[in-house]
Amino acid sequence: MKLHEYQAKQVFADAGIPTPSSQLASDVDGAVAAAEEIGYPVAIKAQVQVGGRGKAGGIELVDDEENAREAADSILGMDLKGYHVDRVLVEEAVDFTDELYVGITMDRAEGTPVAMVSRKGGVNIEEVAEEDPDAIAREHIDPSFGMMPYQARKVVYDAGIDPELTRDVSGVLNTLYDLWSEKDGADAEINPLMVTSDDAVIAADAVMNVDEDALFRQPELAEMEEDAAGGDDLEAKADEYGFDYVRLSGNVGIIGNGAGLVMTTLDLVDYYGGEPANFLDVGGGAKAARIANALDMVFSDDNVDSVVFNIFGGITRGDEVAKGINEALEQFDEIPKPVVVRLAGTNWEEGMEILNEDLVTVEQTLEEAVQRAVSYADEVSEQ
Amino acid sequence: MSVLVDDDTRVVVQGITGGEGKFHAKQMMEYGTNVVAGAVPGKGGQEAAGVPVYDTVQQAVEAENADTSVIFVPPAFAGDAIFEALDTDLDLAVAITEGIPTQDMARVNKRLSETDTRLIGPNCPGLITPGEAKLGILPGNIFAEGNVGLVSRSGTLTYQVVDNLTSRGIGQTTAIGIGGDPIIGTSFIDALELFENDDETEAIAMCGEIGGEDEEQAAAYIDEHVDTPVAGFIAGRTAPPGKRMGHAGAIVSGSGTGTAESKISALNDAGVPVGDTPEEVADHIESFL
Repeated sequence: MKLHEYQAKQVFADAGIPTPSSQLASDVDGAVAAAEEIGYPVAIKAQVQVGGRGKAGGIELVDDEENAREAADSILGMDLKGYHVDRVLVEEAVDFTDELYVGITMDRAEGTPVAMVSRKGGVNIEEVAEEDPDAIAREHIDPSFGMMPYQARKVVYDAGIDPELTRDVSGVLNTLYDLWSEKDGADAEINPLMVTSDDAVIAADAVMNVDEDALFRQPELAEMEEDAAGGDDLEAKADEYGFDYVRLSGNVGIIGNGAGLVMTTLDLVDYYGGEPANFLDVGGGAKAARIANALDMVFSDDNVDSVVFNIFGGITRGDEVAKGINEALEQFDEIPKPVVVRLAGTNWEEGMEILNEDLVTVEQTLEEAVQRAVSYADEVSEQ
Repeated sequence: MSVLVDDDTRVVVQGITGGEGKFHAKQMMEYGTNVVAGAVPGKGGQEAAGVPVYDTVQQAVEAENADTSVIFVPPAFAGDAIFEALDTDLDLAVAITEGIPTQDMARVNKRLSETDTRLIGPNCPGLITPGEAKLGILPGNIFAEGNVGLVSRSGTLTYQVVDNLTSRGIGQTTAIGIGGDPIIGTSFIDALELFENDDETEAIAMCGEIGGEDEEQAAAYIDEHVDTPVAGFIAGRTAPPGKRMGHAGAIVSGSGTGTAESKISALNDAGVPVGDTPEEVADHIESFL
């Protein structure tokens, strides 16, 4: 779960990391009042979860009331790469002499946290990593002991940061690690960490991704989740039903069990010339009601022209799946979109007996089921 | 021959009094697995799924000579349960649980490096040696005895590929689901090494997916160390960057690492054919035998 900038900044500030003074506003008057209180110049920043906000016109630097009003008016309500902007962060503009990068993440290959520091802040760090990997200094941290102060100093020295700043930057890094560790961070980064003319450092941006599997023990962050979600209505509905769901741009709806098999079903739709509309994993052991909810989800996506249901039962039982499909479809006078079903594994024979074949098309193999769904979708979209 | 599990394996089930634990303990026994005990704190002295329950794994080892644990403990407590298995010096621990916080697994990973216990998973279906024993939740009836080793990051995709193999008469030595999380105990490389050293395994099917660099590292390992022919499959060719595709580990990062293309080309460069469909993986395997 990714926090909004304003949420992450609050979390960082509470931990003692210096951040510019700022206020959240949801209307133009509120934004102007915030700017007056903070004092010009201020930055007005759209609070949406997309990269490249600045280039897309979502961040403006203003130095008087008239410009603040104009900027807030244009940013609030704008559509930024598909996301509606309903809040802005009004923030003190920092007069800086240099931009650094500090971050903590999990190094998957090593199975260990890693701290990263670079002098090349203010730009996309993933590009730096690709083009100039030596510009990022790294230090692996033993999660059982946490980051030792010397490790924070070492990685700051290794990055070639001005020695005058060692104490401040390593202090921020130590705090960031503790925060990441306490809050179950997936990534925590400050880019840029600005250096001011009087050699202080201040977090001009804040990124915090929280491990979704750990939200059960992070109640304060879980509360922020509702605010952080935003965006797609269908994805919000999937959250409500508790499905792993990703919306895509095609017209073949996909429902299955198990992430690897659902991804494979998507890939096969593409392989046979169709375009997947979504990834929907009902998970292990889904009962009839859950199966019916999954169909409801996919039917409510207007882009969908046909649906392929691919279940390979391990814990999930074919008879439960068949019951759910029948229940979901029998409530319609006319089936909204053609549904192709393929059942295999635990209790598949029982499932096939239960399944009402007047309502669905049954195929024996994954490959046949996908091809059938793709051809149905083609027929619908040609009409 | 087989790897890691056979009919001599003595299993303790951690979490045997829970719904999943009890159901799958019974299923494992029905398949022929030698389940000798359960371990659940506070439930010592009871019986579940027909075997005695102990308060600690240590007691189960002392009383019943268990050498392997299968873990069905809810995610909030599973990291602790894995620690208990590692600290009891078992040969093997298999963690089925999905949704363990990654930082808990980082600490487990550290302890793992200090013990001799092998960990499989978490977030995995377990492993099976057809005709002998299974550890975990795999549906036994789709497997058959034979000469193909199978290793996979995904549960149901494993079943799919096994089905493609079994339905054309190709059986398996052992099938291992290594799990879909970012931090797991047994990697592709570990599993490949086991199969390479197993006399009966004549071909290996390896099912990967997007995210991380395990498949790329496995490809480099195959190139150097594996003579047994390997066929591959990679799920997630159509996954958009930045979206988690179900598994916590299945995500293409913004900078483009972890893509299917990168994995497929690494495998091809190592001489491993990668099927466009599960059926094609079975075709390649058949051609090796």
